[in-house]
Amino acid sequence: MIAASTADVEDAYDVAVVGAGVVGAAIARELARHCLRVLVLEAASDVGTGTSKANTAILHTGFDAKPGTLEAELVRRGHTLLATHAAEVGIPVERLGALLVAWNEDERAALPEIAARARQNGYTAVRDVDAGELYAREPALASGALAALEIPDESIVCPFTTPLAFATDAVVNGATLVLDAPLVGVARGAIATGRYGGGVAPQGSAESGDGDTSQGRAASSDGDAYALRTPRGEFRARWVVNAAGLGADDVDRLFGHARFTVAPRRGELIVFDKLARPLLHHIVLPVPTARTKGVLVSPTVLGNLVLGPTAEDVPDKHATESTRAGLDALMRHGRRLLPALADEEVTAVYVGLRAATEHGDYQIHVDPDQRYVCVAGIRSTGLTASMAIAERVRDGLRDAGLALEPRDDFRAVRMPNIGEASPRPHARADLIAADPDYGRIVCHCERVTRREIVDAARAAIPARSLDGLRRRTRATLGRCQGFYCAAAVTRLVAAASGRTVAELLGAQ
Amino acid sequence: MTDDADVVIVGGGPAGLAAAIELRRRGVARVVVLEREAEAGGIPRHTAHLGFGVRDLHRLLSGPAYAARYVQLARAAGVDVRTETSVTGWAGPRTLAITAPTGRGSLRGTAVLLATGCRERPRAARLVPGARPLGVFTTGALQQLVYLEKERVARRAVVVGAEHVSFSAVVTLAHVGATTAAIVTDEPRHQSYGALAWATAGWRRVPILTDTVVSSIVGRRRVERVELTNVASGATHAVDCDAVVFTGDWIPDHELARTGGLVIDATRGPRIDAALRTSARGIFAAGNLVHAAEAGDVAALSGRHAAAAVAAFLQRGAWPSTPPVPIVLRRPLRWISPGAIDGDMRPPRDQFVMRVGAWIDDARLEVRQGDRRLWQGRYRRLVPNRSIALDAAWTRDVERAGPEITVALDRD
Repeated sequence: MIAASTADVEDAYDVAVVGAGVVGAAIARELARHCLRVLVLEAASDVGTGTSKANTAILHTGFDAKPGTLEAELVRRGHTLLATHAAEVGIPVERLGALLVAWNEDERAALPEIAARARQNGYTAVRDVDAGELYAREPALASGALAALEIPDESIVCPFTTPLAFATDAVVNGATLVLDAPLVGVARGAIATGRYGGGVAPQGSAESGDGDTSQGRAASSDGDAYALRTPRGEFRARWVVNAAGLGADDVDRLFGHARFTVAPRRGELIVFDKLARPLLHHIVLPVPTARTKGVLVSPTVLGNLVLGPTAEDVPDKHATESTRAGLDALMRHGRRLLPALADEEVTAVYVGLRAATEHGDYQIHVDPDQRYVCVAGIRSTGLTASMAIAERVRDGLRDAGLALEPRDDFRAVRMPNIGEASPRPHARADLIAADPDYGRIVCHCERVTRREIVDAARAAIPARSLDGLRRRTRATLGRCQGFYCAAAVTRLVAAASGRTVAELLGAQ
Repeated sequence: MTDDADVVIVGGGPAGLAAAIELRRRGVARVVVLEREAEAGGIPRHTAHLGFGVRDLHRLLSGPAYAARYVQLARAAGVDVRTETSVTGWAGPRTLAITAPTGRGSLRGTAVLLATGCRERPRAARLVPGARPLGVFTTGALQQLVYLEKERVARRAVVVGAEHVSFSAVVTLAHVGATTAAIVTDEPRHQSYGALAWATAGWRRVPILTDTVVSSIVGRRRVERVELTNVASGATHAVDCDAVVFTGDWIPDHELARTGGLVIDATRGPRIDAALRTSARGIFAAGNLVHAAEAGDVAALSGRHAAAAVAAFLQRGAWPSTPPVPIVLRRPLRWISPGAIDGDMRPPRDQFVMRVGAWIDDARLEVRQGDRRLWQGRYRRLVPNRSIALDAAWTRDVERAGPEITVALDRD
């Protein structure tokens, strides 16, 4: 937690961002680069825990987007922005390139159209790859592929570090992040005040999860600041940006709209052991169907292979369970694609819900009269498009009359590296010399050191749970899933964060 | 380039320490054990029940006492045991890349012995579907939380697996006042000894649900219940619990063996011959890396056995110029260790260890090399997930230049 701002807490925030997924965090960061008082309300107990954390972690070029859509435009722009930003702040990115593989004549016949669409989207680097070259570059691929398209700029990115980097930038530069604070009601006028002047609000009572959104009312478009009601108290803000992901339709209704319904689409993903990583060199994509981009297999920046996602419409916005049918289908698919996977161990299973709507495109609406911005329907491309969406929201706010004065004292953060492409602390003699705890590996499978765990527990946005620690350091994320280190890791987090081991384990 | 040590041993559990002690006893000067934990001793450090030390130290000890005893013997023998020292990979032939509080480095041994042990397959590796709440453990994690951290980690648990270690998990849970709601196994019976099952779970009236799998884990923040499915009938029912412990289903910790390019066999560890030589010159492997998992004393005796061959290699520098004769198992036999023969050297304890994938009563086993039958014998019962010993007397009749050896059930 950083020091409270000197600003009068009686003052309303200039902008409240609802949702600290990758999109909300990117918006908060962009706003924090200006002389604004920024509030971020997050329903969950950490940044980036929804759709942002469980996805294929691809930094898309947008080659396959629907031309002319806002999504196509923002994915393309977002790719450039995030690739540049990642290098500056230490978000792991690897530009591996993708191979979109045709396994039958129908699929082969579809390749020229896909290439044409890429060019329509302004992406011209797509090239044809024949079967000979394909197998030279991916010798472990199953036999039977006929041809492929290469998309050289498709990259992999760290889905954990990205939202954390954005949110940390925002918080370090004065934004207030309130966790466990789902927005449950909106009213106009001054009732109570936000309680925190800056930094990460300390955790109060443990309530989290769903608020009862039915009690909310649409606010009128003029008058005083909004009062934003959450289980953590009421907060006042003049502008509200809805980046609530799966909950964006509920928030939109609080503002009196009924523009879309979020229909969660479940995606199950299987992460294979690091020993499988040498099997693959590129992102291997299927020929997409009208409904889904299909199941891909790809290296990850943490040095594993990921296989997925499935695509299944589910009625429940919390339906993040994996299923027998989904996992079995993925395993069959994986073995068909990359036969050697059959001999490799599975390290983890993830399930994410894409925030799809009935509309084919992003739902970004600015209501100047209402001082309300809605950012919804970001589906599965939010990680890539996040920074471009943030630009778009910033410009929308400016056009709507919000004074945006860039700060000259913005401090950019540098994130701890958890990717495999550059040296991690355990491999850095300079760090170990500076602190021997960088030489004490606690999580052996993922080679996470004692100091990294303590750092994460004391970061600007600290790890408050074992899950939060995993996303910040990789500890217990590896093949043994805590067989060796769960006890030691939990003890370290407990000591560094002032919690008990039992609390961290959810034991009563 | 001179070597940093005569022997570098990776892993300071029973196998690594027993090997180191024996190497010193045989007069090898520089024996270094690299142990990544703060304390050497391996898994027995947190296996707080009796049953250790019988076959190797000829006394009955608890796991922690056994681990401490080996550390003490190793230090007394002049073994250089380096704790908090992680091997992160290979830096060259027989050269290990190391991270320690003192810095990054590498260590080259004239010989290297891999004794990296094994672990239980966790939930994800078993593809058990459902939510991902807190409260899902392996026995290893549970034991450390209970015995090293003294934490009450659960109130009511479901134990997945019904082999020896599964019953050990019941005791660990009871140690912190947690009940075991059920032991669940997809096999038709539990796979431990009747007496052990009774002494741990039986008198506590823990139901053993056979032919049953966990078909889903339910819970938001913490485990709330599991859904169980009978694999025969398809019937499901829910069991309330706040923890699920995945036990057994061992896999060797084979990362260094794999990244070192060693031949891997059906054990999923490095293929070794009876002298515990791997496929790479100067690199040996012992303990539960080559037979996941046997009891601590069996691992220690494997390490002690490897020391003889390591010492001989240091003296003469001899290494087989051709691959050993592989031993191939026919289903439902799953694996055998050692998985190859070179000459008439006997395996540790003069026996092979095997695993089987199905229950077989009154099994007749046959060992053949080509059309020659080397051995034939009877077993009253073969049980999955339980160690099966195969006497090694027949190895003297193996033809070094002959075809592969097969071990199969004789169905006639």
